[in-house]
Amino acid sequence: MSFTAIPTASNSYELNDSNEVQPFHSLPPPFTTISSPGQTPSTKLIRQGAEALLYYTHFLSPSLPCALKYRPPKSYRHPILDKRLTRARILAEARVLVRCKREGVNVPAVLGAGWEEGWIAIEWIQGSTVRDAIFGRKTWRQESQASHEGGEKDLVDWLCGREIAPSRLTTSNLMLRPTGSGAEGGEEPSAKSAATPFDGTITLIDFGLAAQSSQEEDRAVDLYVLERAFGSTHPEVEHLFPEVLKAYGESYKGAKVVLRRLEDVRMRGRKKSMIG
Amino acid sequence: MEELVTLTLPHLPLHPLFLSLFTNLENASFLRQQLLDGNQEFEYAFLDARMLLSENHVLAACFRALNDWQRGRLRSRNVHSEIVFSLSPNNNIAESFRRFGISDTTTDLLAIKVSTSSEFTAESVRTHLSQHVQADSVLFSDEAIRRGADLARIRKVYKAGGDGGKVNGAAGTGGGAALDGVEGFILGTMALKGS
Repeated sequence: MSFTAIPTASNSYELNDSNEVQPFHSLPPPFTTISSPGQTPSTKLIRQGAEALLYYTHFLSPSLPCALKYRPPKSYRHPILDKRLTRARILAEARVLVRCKREGVNVPAVLGAGWEEGWIAIEWIQGSTVRDAIFGRKTWRQESQASHEGGEKDLVDWLCGREIAPSRLTTSNLMLRPTGSGAEGGEEPSAKSAATPFDGTITLIDFGLAAQSSQEEDRAVDLYVLERAFGSTHPEVEHLFPEVLKAYGESYKGAKVVLRRLEDVRMRGRKKSMIG
Repeated sequence: MEELVTLTLPHLPLHPLFLSLFTNLENASFLRQQLLDGNQEFEYAFLDARMLLSENHVLAACFRALNDWQRGRLRSRNVHSEIVFSLSPNNNIAESFRRFGISDTTTDLLAIKVSTSSEFTAESVRTHLSQHVQADSVLFSDEAIRRGADLARIRKVYKAGGDGGKVNGAAGTGGGAALDGVEGFILGTMALKGS
């Protein structure tokens, strides 16, 4: 799957003089131009989300590719509130990533951050999302899937064991980094296809809404999100999710409590009541 | 012949860095005294090379210092002292100099000059350093820095911990990652400093 910037709202993008699509907001200093021809390094917009823009560029040296996440000012917010929120979210994400890194969880490294300006530079993770890897696989064998799931679960367990609730935990936020592949940045940040898609290490990305929390509720909710995302995105392997939960339950001390809480969380939600 | 490397940080093309690595330094006290006196001819970042983990480690400190300088938020005297300060995980300037700066007993030295004006060129810096630094010149490179790094002391200063984690090989690199666990943690710590 290649990364292309997909225009969402009609006013999110505008055309510049050479009729190229570029986002409405420009990057803050020192990243002031998006991609000027002839200027190295080139900076490319990869994704535009509701909260932030994601760019591919280089940081510290031309051989170190990075993901630059920029939260532009939101004009619909009160300016003081906007500044504070942006600052707080950038810092929260950066702190969680660094904390995870310290604990040995596989997350991208934070290379730099400008919290007043609203940006964070993160190590570029080459590979495909777990979501795409699952899609890419044509045939399924229970054993290999279980071992892959184990790797994924370990990662999530470590986070929860360390009181960090990732939020937005879906297979789109799990990157599969193939072993034995060189980490050349290259010009195009395209996903690499490995011969056997499930060889590799799993890296957790996108901590935009992550919080440090020791509440079972938050962890149970994250598991529920993963369960629902799993079921809707990968229905053909939905039957393997109980394996994931089983591995979770055995992973750390407070896990079984969280699983019980998960049952409560499942009961909630709209139209789940048997009354009326 | 003096070895000097010129590097330009991406996104900061107007201020290249001149880096010169030395070993068997003989006049550490003299150089340190120039800094203490505020001798304007000696505006350099003088770093104890053994406290440096890798090229990325050095460059991240330089980026932080240069960016803060351009945003008008230097916390130390000048951009060069800010490089030394940026290496430290906490906000005590004197301590950062004690830990990462040049001391009387420093033997491995990394000298960095930021091109703050056209007055400074690779040639002028090279000449000045060869005149005043009594040491053997080593070509600056990631490999040279890693070779001389005192890992135990570095880990201790950054409180990087010994475990490094066992999840999916995060301590080492999973499949061709550019940054290993400790380096990634240190870069993140430096990025968050002052928050």
